Amino acid sequence: MPDVSTTFAGIRCPNPFWLASAPPTNCGEQVMRAFDAGWGGAVWKTIGEPITNVSSRYSSIDWNGQRMLGLNNIELISDRPIETNLREIAEVKKRYPKHAVIASLMVESTREAWQDIVQRSEDTGADGLELNFGCPHGMSERGMGSAVGQVPEYTEMITSWVKEKARTPVLVKLTPNITDIRQIARAAKRAGADGLSAINTINSITGIDLDTLEPRPNVDGLSSHGGYCGPAVKPIALNMVHQLQNDEASRLPTSGIGGIGTWRDAAEFILLGCGTVQVCTAVMHYGYRVIEDLIDGLQNWMGEKGFASIEDFRALSAPKVTDWNHLNLNFKIVARIHAEKCIGCELCYIACWDGAHQCIHLDNAHSTPPAIEAVSRARISVTPIPKLDRGVPSGAPPARVPRVDEDECVGCNLCALVCPVDGCITMERIENHLPRKTWEDLVNGTPHS
Amino acid sequence: MGGSVPFAFQDNAEVARRFPDLHPAFDSNQALTEANRCLNCFDAPCAAACPTHIDVPRFIKKISTQNLMGSALTILDANILGASCSRVCPVDVLCEGACVMLRYNKQPIAIGRLQRHAMDHFWQRGARLPKKSTRKRSQKIVCIGAGPASLACAAELAQEGFSVTVIEQRALPGGLNTYGVAEYKLRPPDSLREVAMIAELGVEFRFGVSIQDESDLAALEQEYDAIFIGIGLGATQKLRIPGAEHNVNVIDALEFIARYKTASNLTVGNNVVVVGAGNTAIDAANAARRLGAAHVTIVYRRTESDMPAFGFEYEHAKQEGVGFEWLAQPVAIHADPASGRIVSLECSRMGSNFQLPCDMLIPAIGQTPLSLLERCHGPKYYSGGDCTNGGREVVDAVADGKRAGVAIAKSFEAAYA
Repeated sequence: MPDVSTTFAGIRCPNPFWLASAPPTNCGEQVMRAFDAGWGGAVWKTIGEPITNVSSRYSSIDWNGQRMLGLNNIELISDRPIETNLREIAEVKKRYPKHAVIASLMVESTREAWQDIVQRSEDTGADGLELNFGCPHGMSERGMGSAVGQVPEYTEMITSWVKEKARTPVLVKLTPNITDIRQIARAAKRAGADGLSAINTINSITGIDLDTLEPRPNVDGLSSHGGYCGPAVKPIALNMVHQLQNDEASRLPTSGIGGIGTWRDAAEFILLGCGTVQVCTAVMHYGYRVIEDLIDGLQNWMGEKGFASIEDFRALSAPKVTDWNHLNLNFKIVARIHAEKCIGCELCYIACWDGAHQCIHLDNAHSTPPAIEAVSRARISVTPIPKLDRGVPSGAPPARVPRVDEDECVGCNLCALVCPVDGCITMERIENHLPRKTWEDLVNGTPHS
Repeated sequence: MGGSVPFAFQDNAEVARRFPDLHPAFDSNQALTEANRCLNCFDAPCAAACPTHIDVPRFIKKISTQNLMGSALTILDANILGASCSRVCPVDVLCEGACVMLRYNKQPIAIGRLQRHAMDHFWQRGARLPKKSTRKRSQKIVCIGAGPASLACAAELAQEGFSVTVIEQRALPGGLNTYGVAEYKLRPPDSLREVAMIAELGVEFRFGVSIQDESDLAALEQEYDAIFIGIGLGATQKLRIPGAEHNVNVIDALEFIARYKTASNLTVGNNVVVVGAGNTAIDAANAARRLGAAHVTIVYRRTESDMPAFGFEYEHAKQEGVGFEWLAQPVAIHADPASGRIVSLECSRMGSNFQLPCDMLIPAIGQTPLSLLERCHGPKYYSGGDCTNGGREVVDAVADGKRAGVAIAKSFEAAYA
């Protein structure tokens, strides 16, 4: 059985799955149930001077009948007294010494306030600290959260105050609501941060009720921009995680966050270099029990791939993301449609004609989509009645397998992406015997051998 | 619905109780989930298979975006009886039978039920059928028969601005949609409110008028610029065997169905024998079961694999508890001499005879063609539906009627060209 225990920025944990700082980590009772369910760590709901929340707080994006493709929230940090949170952290740590408990912190931007909360948090026995410089709503209007995380100088200053005091590892949680996330990461690293958590939620307005014309989530007729998370944000998070890992001045142990709901998502974040991952939306949707498949799926995959530990595959894919300039311009693939799997939906045809390069055809005349539709509409169809139709050929529609003009195909993948059948359209390499050549080579006039 | 039904019909709660919807309506979340399952095929086989070529992926995608009014109008644009077709169409051999999901080992999209969902919304909103032209046209057209073919023809022409009259010999419009479709698929009030929408387009209906001979036709030719014949088929054929002169407890299948649906006459025997194994025979047999018959038997002279009923109708009949006697040729009807009531049907199977106890005999061995069509000559005449296609489905009649309507409108354009 592959070993999923890990040590992240000096913090030991039984597995790399942590609960992100959010409603699932509001209180000790919740965190203990989460650890019982199998979670490896928890970043406590951000502690600071208690706030007052609004109702309602969440709204979501549903897609094609599926709920919560993306989730948006306007909830603030913990609304419970600092002492209560710290007392419960101490209790959880005492009962679950092997699990990672991280105190997430956000206080006013003074050295005294930060160093005081650092001291009190560490006195609980917490394994580390996460500085919440990312929260995009509410707190930022009070000079905290992303108001800090959007200014490298503030990030560096507060991180260094914390580092003066802290004895446990310090993680800086980064906001994605910034042009270049590396600027903030570099500031955190300069100040001595031990690790990064990325990404926090993305500024968003999820939608507007078309009956009332009021935006969601609705608070007495008004709304506010909130933090977006859930499966929809994963690609954005993966890119930012990669930016951090690919930049020497930013690179620190990173806890990946953003749309992680399955073990597959987790594996991808780890393959790009993350040491742990943090989960929130999936738990808010289905409960702590999702941890079972997160661990089980990851272990099964590791076993199949021959990875004995997290470190065995961490960052293996990071070097495979490069600048466009380094991509081989002489690499040629084309679409192949496997007739025996084709169900005749012709989505590849219309996608290629209207969205790509007009190289998938239904006939030899290269008819346009309107011409094809006109033929069908002009056809007389009747209900097949065996008694009346004796001797008439069956009305069963013929197989409708489109044809790829491989000479014209640019290998864009679109047809394979829209095809509803797994393995029906494959993109296959065409051996053109041309040497590897990149844009950089073209510009420099120095082709590779 | 929009406007009151201008046709006198007394709904019967007992019939409604005994014939609940075979395919209940989707709720909005079910509809959304099902609509989202549709792949939105290009040049979709479902639309090609539909005799009226409803743009199925388009109306389904409109359900998925909650544009239900747009969805209904997409349906109505192709098929003015989209509401009844959504309930009565044999979708297994039409749109759903052509669904590419079947090639993918998956359930086809429930196109019929989605279509009903959109059309139910249209009715609930009290919407009216749209006109296609604001022009007022001078020509007058008459449609003979108020069944699906005539209704489609009339609606098409009325939408284009022509004056249209529909002549019907019965008391209610809708043809088999009102009188002949199994109650658990389509109830008369639903058929009638669909016709009412066509009436709201300005189509005039005349009931109780029968067109029989050359003089009737000559009068119509005098008054109208075009005449559409959509009279369907005639009565069920009679059994021609000894004892067939008895008629006390013999009722032809279509009459039996019309009687419980529209005349609140729920009379049924205890040992019912239906002769024939077409779709109408199945409807009659199922109805007899639901009306309370203890034993219902379908007698068919050929084998199971020869039966003309659709496979899904056969399966349904078995679930309703209908029995089947295959390779059974009716040879004689036996009646009680005193009362004249039938007591048994004698059948022959491979040379040996047997008696089926019977206190209600329902012949369902096909309808006879009507002869009126043979008397219609000249460029003013058009026809469609069962009377010309030999007896297919409602949707085929609608397709015929619409095509005739388009052709009639075009004929007037040509005359002025």
